[in-house]
Amino acid sequence: MIPAAFDYVRPASLEEACHVLATSGEEAKVLAGGQSLLPLLRLRLAYPSVLVDLGRLPDLHGVQDRGDHVFIGALTTHDEVMRSPVIREHVPLVALATATVADPAVRHRGTFGGSLAHADPAGDLPAVALALDCVFVTRMTGGQREIPAADFFVDYLESALEAGEVLVGVKVPKLGAGWGFHYEKFHRTAQAWAVVGVAAAVRTEGGAIAEARIGLTNMGSTPVRAPAVEAALRGAPSAAPNGNGSSNGAHDPVRDACGEAADDTSPPADLHATSDYRRHLARVLTYRAVRAASA
Amino acid sequence: MTEQIDAGMVARRIAESDRLGSPDPSREIGRARRRKEDARLITGRTLWTDDIQLPGMLYVAFLRSPMAHARIARVDTSAARTQPGVVAVYSGRDFAGEQGNLPCAWPVSEDIVIPDHPPMAVEEVRYVGEAVACVVATDRYKAADALEAIEVDYEPLEPVLDMTEALAEGSPKVHEAGNRAFTWKFSGGDVEAAFRDAPVLIERTYVQQRLIPTAMEPRAVVATTDGTAFTLYSSTQIPHVLRVMLALTTGIPEHLLRVVAPDVGGGFGSKLQVTAEEVLCLLLTRRIGKPVKWTESRSEGNLTAHHGRDQLQRIALAAERDGRIRGMRADLLADMGAYLMLVTPGIPILGAFMYNGIYKMDAYDFTCTGVFTTKMPTDAYRGAGRPEATFAIERAVDELAHELGMDPVELRRRNWITHQEFPYTTIAGLTYDSGNYEAATDRALALFGYDKLRAEQADRRDRRDPVQLGIGVSTYTEMCGLAPSRVLGSLSYGAGGWEHAAVRLLPTGKVEVVTGTSPHGQGHETAWSQIAADAMGVPFEDVSVLHGDTTVAPRGMDTYGSRSLVIGGVAVLQACEKVKEKARKLAAHMLEASPEDIEFSGGTFTVRGTSAGKTIQELALAAFAAHDLPEGFEPRLDAEVTFDPQNFSFPHGTHLCAVEVDTETGLTKIRSYVAVDDVGTVVNPLIVEGQVHGGIAQGIGQALFEEAVHDAEGNLLTTTMTDYLIPSAADLPEFVTDRTETPATSNVLGAKGVGEAGTIAATPAVVNAVVDALRPYGVRDVRMPCSPERIWRAIGESGGAAAGWAGPTESEGGER
Ligand SMILES: Cc1cc2nc3c(=O)[nH]c(=O)nc-3n(C[C@H](O)[C@H](O)[C@H](O)COP(=O)(O)OP(=O)(O)OC[C@H]3O[C@@H](n4cnc5c(N)ncnc54)[C@H](O)[C@@H]3O)c2cc1C
Repeated sequence: MIPAAFDYVRPASLEEACHVLATSGEEAKVLAGGQSLLPLLRLRLAYPSVLVDLGRLPDLHGVQDRGDHVFIGALTTHDEVMRSPVIREHVPLVALATATVADPAVRHRGTFGGSLAHADPAGDLPAVALALDCVFVTRMTGGQREIPAADFFVDYLESALEAGEVLVGVKVPKLGAGWGFHYEKFHRTAQAWAVVGVAAAVRTEGGAIAEARIGLTNMGSTPVRAPAVEAALRGAPSAAPNGNGSSNGAHDPVRDACGEAADDTSPPADLHATSDYRRHLARVLTYRAVRAASA
Repeated sequence: MTEQIDAGMVARRIAESDRLGSPDPSREIGRARRRKEDARLITGRTLWTDDIQLPGMLYVAFLRSPMAHARIARVDTSAARTQPGVVAVYSGRDFAGEQGNLPCAWPVSEDIVIPDHPPMAVEEVRYVGEAVACVVATDRYKAADALEAIEVDYEPLEPVLDMTEALAEGSPKVHEAGNRAFTWKFSGGDVEAAFRDAPVLIERTYVQQRLIPTAMEPRAVVATTDGTAFTLYSSTQIPHVLRVMLALTTGIPEHLLRVVAPDVGGGFGSKLQVTAEEVLCLLLTRRIGKPVKWTESRSEGNLTAHHGRDQLQRIALAAERDGRIRGMRADLLADMGAYLMLVTPGIPILGAFMYNGIYKMDAYDFTCTGVFTTKMPTDAYRGAGRPEATFAIERAVDELAHELGMDPVELRRRNWITHQEFPYTTIAGLTYDSGNYEAATDRALALFGYDKLRAEQADRRDRRDPVQLGIGVSTYTEMCGLAPSRVLGSLSYGAGGWEHAAVRLLPTGKVEVVTGTSPHGQGHETAWSQIAADAMGVPFEDVSVLHGDTTVAPRGMDTYGSRSLVIGGVAVLQACEKVKEKARKLAAHMLEASPEDIEFSGGTFTVRGTSAGKTIQELALAAFAAHDLPEGFEPRLDAEVTFDPQNFSFPHGTHLCAVEVDTETGLTKIRSYVAVDDVGTVVNPLIVEGQVHGGIAQGIGQALFEEAVHDAEGNLLTTTMTDYLIPSAADLPEFVTDRTETPATSNVLGAKGVGEAGTIAATPAVVNAVVDALRPYGVRDVRMPCSPERIWRAIGESGGAAAGWAGPTESEGGER
């Protein structure tokens, strides 16, 4: 639990941060809340030569209502996200999922941007960003770009960010009227990571599901969408056949649709669950998430 | 405005709150005092071992084996030695002549094999994490860096990971002498007869998974010497035992070795040990001549602080159709790990006398085989042997009830010792001095709302509710308060079980209590103060308790096995009485009366029938001044007592647990939990409550969450708290607790140990509840921890895939 030696810089501006990163090469690492990076350092699973602490960069903080979307600065902490009236009103799924992240201590330090940049498929926010089709806004020396969520998560702990590229913030589209949301997280202890999580956004119209977006946490080396479920849900009646959602014989098209949640996934196997069990959970939890979102 | 929080403020708040709501203001015993030590503990105004800084201090880091079993072909420390800040680098070979073996103080049987156990491996490593080399450097970062420059060549040997395979013909050997450490047997009554033609037979195999004790404070050691004498500070439960053992193993003369346990942040048995790190830090300071410090990381602790449980239990019950138990067999394999540490082999034996639980039976037979594997050694962990036994009997009794179609509480009633039958000598040979199982059970059933919950359970079963309700019962007792020295001796334990106390009345009338117990979270300073305050008639605030330093408290047997109050606390009381007897003589002299005419009440000695009196404070000053003392009276008011009890103490109780099992996901939620414990006379109800809560939490941890997992090569996979799950407050229900009080007859306080009771009781209560919820699916056991996946698989394997979702497929069975 003792990290190897590293240098530490705390730039005063985004330009300076990008410059430091550009000049220190592959070995430099951005430090945000440190809740994922420091454990890696302490276990000596990462040996960065320089930590570039973004903590003092004002442009990366805060939440803005920008009309058709909400912009969440990368350094906004989980706790700020949970409490933001703008987020709760316009993109509530983000607040719902964030409230399930770790515990209050971690949520006061860990950041929205750090959670996404870390690209951990077990993290709760990547699946949400994917389901909501968020757009990632980045900066590097001499440039900036916008990366759609569908392209952002490349592999296990690997994002589309290149060396020297800083995540500035994320545009979260507002979905408008008729949408309901739910994040269903299955974990062993209150503070634990998701064994499987399901982010659901569902639009109902005239007693039927008109549109659904499903993002899955920890069902592969990246967060994934469940396109088969999304397609199969279209047109399904939004009310459960017998109220409580338990089977008891009655045919339930939503249940059938959610049975496809694990299709084309390759979930990991670890101490907490086999892949097979994760597939099962994905189906059950997707059903619960969709039911809750369309209630 | 936020108030500045400091230890003084917290202490004042605690003292203020204590003045409220005392049951009997004239008595300290029985009062729910908040703990006087907590202010400094929770504000950090204390010195934990890792906080100790000494001039010229150096830091130690250990290189640990990455292999479960290998021959050490070569250790090259030369590159590490040239690293900046490195003072010394040693391999096991460099200490081979000096380091000796870590001690095993409990050779349980004649046939026991006690292998050599060098603190640093020399020839062979036998578990992942075993120390092979160490670095001493000017700071801990440089020490950790230099570890990476040590080269070790290992010649891999076969790991030995499964106890049954380890005993099979042709298994690779952990030690030359083989993988069987010992076989220990006990038999009472005619077991053959009890099982012959038994109308009902229950045979089950239970797995006590390996657990990691996970004390909040990691282990830490500081060792220093002035060239002649040595001081070892350690986050230990056993400074006194440690001092004797270190003197014996290192050759440092006992009188030149001081061991200090500063405030210690929990142990649960894991700090009841003589560790490689303690021995090596002492040897390093001897060799280098400077103070050294080592503090483990959490991962290092998970690997190398000894583990707990890890037994395979084959259990058989023979019974009549009316439910009367005729006899029991328990046949155990107990995983010792790679070596026998301080009391490793004794742990399963501590359970041997408890498999019969609170029940009467004609015959009982116990066999335990200790097995070596290439894993971290096991040793004491909260309950030590008794949770395993209690689990087995309480699970088996539930199985018997199910087999007979009988309510599990009713079955227990038919078999337990009734309150009129105490003292009762059990089939295992122990004499339970007191108890009232009926009272505790009736109280628990009422608090729990047993009948209502059973009705709801039936309803959910009828409705085929995807969330099923299960009810678990655990009526436990345990033997604790370790223990009569005579009994420990008969079990080949290497030491006695007495405890020591000294009480000193200071010139100003304040009282110093010196105790040989070594609290590490139990609140002895508060409870001992309450005992002394009552006995001496002084205010609670006027008592201080000294402990944990072999110079300050030279005699003691330390803290484990729920022994501190029932032995150490009793010693405090007896020492107070001795001081009072001396004071009575002095009072008689000063009041010009005969000692027989002197009465003591509320801190004042008076002459019977008069108002003439002397307070204990006046007597303290008079003894100090020594101007006018009775003939032959030594000018001091103090006394020492060493108390050795005649029997163990037998707390008991009834725990009831209701769980909701989501059959679609396998997730268990504890809906309600009721614990009614009988721990005899209670000195401080708040401390008892704390012990019960923490104990239940740990018992639930074993039932639902915790497991040390190794891969096929013998690597421990649960080295972080992301992987080794322990429940937090957020995962636990509100516990409903209550007590019945049947005083112990084995000590003058009437107290029984409470440190382990909750842990012992809770695990079977929870697992019984889980299995009870799953009975409609034909499930009769779920291996611990009852993880959601295991429960899901158990339902699936019984063909009862829940509520329309597919069950587990054949493709990926894998035990999880
Ligand atoms: C005990 C514990 C429990 C947790 N449980 C959960 C949980 O249940 N669910 C969950 O989702 N998460 C959980 N987390 C992780 C937590 O959410 C972290 O806060 C988050 O993953 C990382 O955010 P951070 O700000 O701490 O990033 P850091 O640790 O500082 O950085 C993480 C990675 O992202 C990179 N990075 C960070 N910010 C930027 C940026 N602006 N631009 C480019 N790269 C950047 C860093 O270089 C690093 O590689 C847990 C963490 C802990 C310690």
